[in-house]
Amino acid sequence: MFSWLDYLVRLLVEGVFNLPLSTRVGASLHFFIYDVIKIVILLAVMIFLISYIRSFFPPERTKEILARFGGVKSNIMASLLGIVTPFCSCSSVPLFIGFVEAGIPLGVTFSFLITSPIVNEAAFAILLASFGWKIALIYVLAGVVIGVLGGIIIGKLKMEHQVEEYVWQIQTGQSQVKELTPKERAVFAWNNVKEIVNRIWVFLLIGIGIGALIHGYAPEALLAKYAGADNPFAVLVAVALGIPLYSNALGTIPIAEALISKGVGLGTALAFMMAVTALSAPEMILLRKVIKPKLIASFVAVAGLGILLVGYLFNFIMPVAASAG
Amino acid sequence: MVIKILGGGCANCKRLYANVEEAAKQLGLDVTLEKVEDYPSIMKYGVMSTPALVVDEELKVAGRVPSVDEIKAMLQG
Repeated sequence: MFSWLDYLVRLLVEGVFNLPLSTRVGASLHFFIYDVIKIVILLAVMIFLISYIRSFFPPERTKEILARFGGVKSNIMASLLGIVTPFCSCSSVPLFIGFVEAGIPLGVTFSFLITSPIVNEAAFAILLASFGWKIALIYVLAGVVIGVLGGIIIGKLKMEHQVEEYVWQIQTGQSQVKELTPKERAVFAWNNVKEIVNRIWVFLLIGIGIGALIHGYAPEALLAKYAGADNPFAVLVAVALGIPLYSNALGTIPIAEALISKGVGLGTALAFMMAVTALSAPEMILLRKVIKPKLIASFVAVAGLGILLVGYLFNFIMPVAASAG
Repeated sequence: MVIKILGGGCANCKRLYANVEEAAKQLGLDVTLEKVEDYPSIMKYGVMSTPALVVDEELKVAGRVPSVDEIKAMLQG
C-alpha cells in the first residue's frame, strides 16, 4: 500500500543525503522518515473514519441494544459494541453505572470494558501502518475473543457484591440527545483526530526513533534467541511489562514492528500492545470508585491471562512473522 | 440561564467548559456556569459518556465537545 512512499524516501535518503540503505545510518534514517509519514497518514484517515462510525453508537444506545440480549450472545454483542462505542477511560465510571443500572449483568459489562480499550482506533491505525490488514484484523478479533471469554468468566465468579453499594442505589434519568447532523459528525471525527494525535505524537516519535535504532543496529541473532516465538517466557515478561505502562504508550507499536523484523515473536509483541492498552493504571484507579479491589484484581487477572493466551497462540500459529513494513 | 458541565474532570470536560465560557461571552449572555463532577449527580441526567452539557436542566450534548458556534446556537435557540 505504501511502496510509493518507500521508494520516495529511498530516493531522499540515498540521493539527497547520500546514505546508501545498506549502511546502518541509512537504514535507520529511512525507517524513521518512512514510518513517521506513513503512520501520520494512516492515523488521520483511520481515526476520522472510525470516529465517524462511532458517532452513530453513543453508549446510551449501546446500553439499550445490550439490554435486549441474554446469555453468551450478550457477551458477544457487548464486545462488538465495545469496538464501535466511543470510549475513553474518563468515561468508564458513568458507563459502568449506566450498564449496571440498566440491569446488564456484570460479566456482560466487563466484556465491553475489556474489548473497548484493546480495540481502539489509534492502535488499529498504527497496527495497519506497521503490519498491514491481516494482522490488524487478527488483533481486533483477538480483542473480541478476550472480551467475550473474560466477561463470561467474570460473570461466573458471581462478584456482584464487589460493586460499591451506592452504585445500586443510583437512579439514572432518561436522556434524549438529538441526532447529529453529518456535519456535526464530521466535526466530532475531526476533533478526535486532533485530540488523539495531540495526545500521542510525542510517544509515537520516540517509539519510531527507538524502532529506527533497532532497525539499523540491533543484533538479530541475539533478539531472536531471547525473545523469539519459541521462548515461552518472553510473552509473560511482555505482559507483565505492559500492564503498568500507560495507554499513551502507543509508541510501542513501531518498536514492536522493528523488534519483530529482528526476530521477536509476533505473539509476544501483540501481547505487549494489548497489555499496554487494556490494563492501564489510571483506568483501574477510576474504576475503584465503583468496584472493590477484589473485582479489579479479577478483571486484571482474567484480561491479563487472556492476553497471555493470545500471545502464545500467535507465537504458535505464526512462528516466523513476516513484517509487512 | 444555568449551564451545567457534567464530567469527572477530564481534559475534554475542561475544553467544553472553556468553549461554553467563550460562547456565552460572545453572545453577551449572563449565565451561571456550574461544574457537576460527582457521578450520582451526573447519572441523574441519564448521561453515560462525558463530557455532557446541560442548559436549564435540559441535556444538550453528551460524549463530545461541541464547537463554540454550535454552543452559541444552542444558547440562542
